[in-house]
Amino acid sequence: MSATSSIAAGPASALPFTHLSRAVRLGFKNLSSHRLRSLLTVLGIVFGVCSVIAMLAIGEGASFEAQEQIKNLGSQNIILRSVKPPEEQKVSDKGSQSYVLEYGLTYPDLQRIQSTIPGVTVLVPERTLSEYVWNISRRVDCEIQATVPWYPAMRNQHVVRGRFFSDEEMAGSANVCVLGAEMVPVLFPLESPLGRDVRGGGDYYRVIGIMAPQGRRTAAEASGKGAAYRMFIPLETAKTRYGEILMKRRSGSFEAERIQLHEVTVKVAGPEQVLPVADAIKELMRHNHLKLDYEIIVPLEMLRQAERTKQIFNVVLGSIAAISLLVGGIGIMNIMLASVTERTREIGIRRALGARRRDIVTQFLVESVILSAAGGLLGVALGVTIPWLVTRFAEMRTIVTFWSPMVAFSISALVGIIFGIYPAFRAARMDPVEALRHE
Amino acid sequence: MLTTPVSTPIVQFEAVSKTYQIGLVTVPVLREVSFAIHAGEYVSIMGPSGCGKSTLLNLLGCLDRPSTGRYCLGGEDVSQLDDDALSTTRGTRLGFVFQSYNLIQQLTVVENIEVPLYYQGLPEHESRARSCRLAERVGLGHRLEHKPFELSGGQQQRVAIARALVNDPLIILADEPTGNLDSTSGAEILGLFDELHQQGKTLILVTHDPTVSRHARRTIRLHDGQVESDVRH
Ligand SMILES: Nc1ncnc2c1ncn2[C@@H]1O[C@H](COP(=O)(O)OP(=O)(O)OP(=O)(O)O)[C@@H](O)[C@H]1O
Ligand SMILES: [Mg+2]
Repeated sequence: MSATSSIAAGPASALPFTHLSRAVRLGFKNLSSHRLRSLLTVLGIVFGVCSVIAMLAIGEGASFEAQEQIKNLGSQNIILRSVKPPEEQKVSDKGSQSYVLEYGLTYPDLQRIQSTIPGVTVLVPERTLSEYVWNISRRVDCEIQATVPWYPAMRNQHVVRGRFFSDEEMAGSANVCVLGAEMVPVLFPLESPLGRDVRGGGDYYRVIGIMAPQGRRTAAEASGKGAAYRMFIPLETAKTRYGEILMKRRSGSFEAERIQLHEVTVKVAGPEQVLPVADAIKELMRHNHLKLDYEIIVPLEMLRQAERTKQIFNVVLGSIAAISLLVGGIGIMNIMLASVTERTREIGIRRALGARRRDIVTQFLVESVILSAAGGLLGVALGVTIPWLVTRFAEMRTIVTFWSPMVAFSISALVGIIFGIYPAFRAARMDPVEALRHE
Repeated sequence: MLTTPVSTPIVQFEAVSKTYQIGLVTVPVLREVSFAIHAGEYVSIMGPSGCGKSTLLNLLGCLDRPSTGRYCLGGEDVSQLDDDALSTTRGTRLGFVFQSYNLIQQLTVVENIEVPLYYQGLPEHESRARSCRLAERVGLGHRLEHKPFELSGGQQQRVAIARALVNDPLIILADEPTGNLDSTSGAEILGLFDELHQQGKTLILVTHDPTVSRHARRTIRLHDGQVESDVRH
């Protein structure tokens, strides 16, 4: 080798960076002489990267929203809800006669939970009544929620103006109410509702406060009640005004239901007690109810479930990403192989003019990396735009995490290297004489 | 510094043979070819088709290695160099002119001329300046930014000559440089070669056209892979 050292005085090695930048410029020049072909080649990578980022953003948003909803229910809460048992549903569907259905949570249930299960700190019972609520001639189809004074604190809901009703008003069955913010502009478009009376059923209620609006999709929807308009009154007041029988008009018959409580929220002392208390409540309820006329929702369980679901979603997404990048990479390899064959003569010329094998490898590798990186960049741009459009027009929450475009872009560049290596080596392996003779 | 014929030759072939293996058959193309060429010589290589002229030129141009024998270029044995060293030798010591011009189609005239310098890692401004000077010298100063397909055959061959000169090579090798040209452009190219010869360049050109070989000062005739005659005129 010593004899050759003067000849092989390595050229590019002294200025590797400027050399690379010239190689990149040369790559751009070669690719831009086949613009359409380059664009088509890159589409696989573009769609792969774009769909992964977009789906990740939508999934992340949905999962964030689900977790938010579950947290609104309270991760230290256990929620019991009255459900019409399936067999009764059948009877009432068939019959044209009038029935009085009796089901659901009862005051004795409440009593038993409170007194027998350790770890339970607070109970929030609720009754829901459907009723028109009037302000003189303005009317709103409203869901009246009869509950206890500590409801706002327990359910993460806030009074924005005025106050919630007090223990005394509860005990005295006072005719007071707190309006949901949603119904205020409908009932009181001009004046402040505080201190005024609204009519519900045959009774008048004094407005003492306004509850904060519910988020777009929050607890109400998560708990299956899509109530847009809500009004809160004391539970004791509802007992005296409405009794326990709710009448529902159906076609050709009346249907009456006797439900004591629609919903009970149980708060436990600490997060580690949620699951044992939930089990105890399930056991207790099974003993005391012959029919399955209730359901038990444990937000903590739902939260864990949501996390698991998200993990599965991410695995699925990862596989889709891998497959689409593989396909994109094969597309690049295919076009690079075609390009190497097409440019055999050029390779021969370059070799004759002093290009070493590694110069040829660099040239083709740079081209395939430019292709895949450009595809990745385009994919990132699209992949960030699509979630933005989804949020804008479909009003869905999306979250583009910082790392997802980074990772997607790096992987796409890596794909260019991996799938460019074989074509580049094939180009470099060609015999200069043969390559020069190639037509 | 050593330009008199008595000095060390620039090219020395010592019993160089080249054989090709086609299946089980070994085909000898060059058989024990020996000659020496000194700096400043203008040599033409002639012979019937298939006698091995191009093969010989490929060996001279370090595009291929002899099967046996020794080839010294500029006093250095290059017959056993590895691929990288051969590439560097081509890039720094040799200039090629081909029958079919062999310009890179997507590059402009100057860019084509500076390709050998690109692989030597010369700074861009330097190689650009040198390429422009050579384009002027072959009479294409006004066509710098043109692509090869916008030029006539004669102009393309002049670009190729400029490219062969850009690295200031020890020898310029030309394989049928006028083969694809009409007589006028061919004469222009040969005029350019004469000029280079007068400036002291070493030229080796392969042809089977006697009028072309008459420009050279020495003619090596090949027949069946062997030197048939070697005359100076
Ligand atoms: N790669 C190869 N494999 C096998 N045989 C080859 C190869 N290259 C050349 N030959 C053979 O070597 C012989 C000489 O070829 P070469 O190209 O040197 O001829 P030439 O003198 O240049 O002919 P022409 O004047 O037609 O260009 C031919 O018989 C050819 O078939
Ligand atoms: Mg030939």
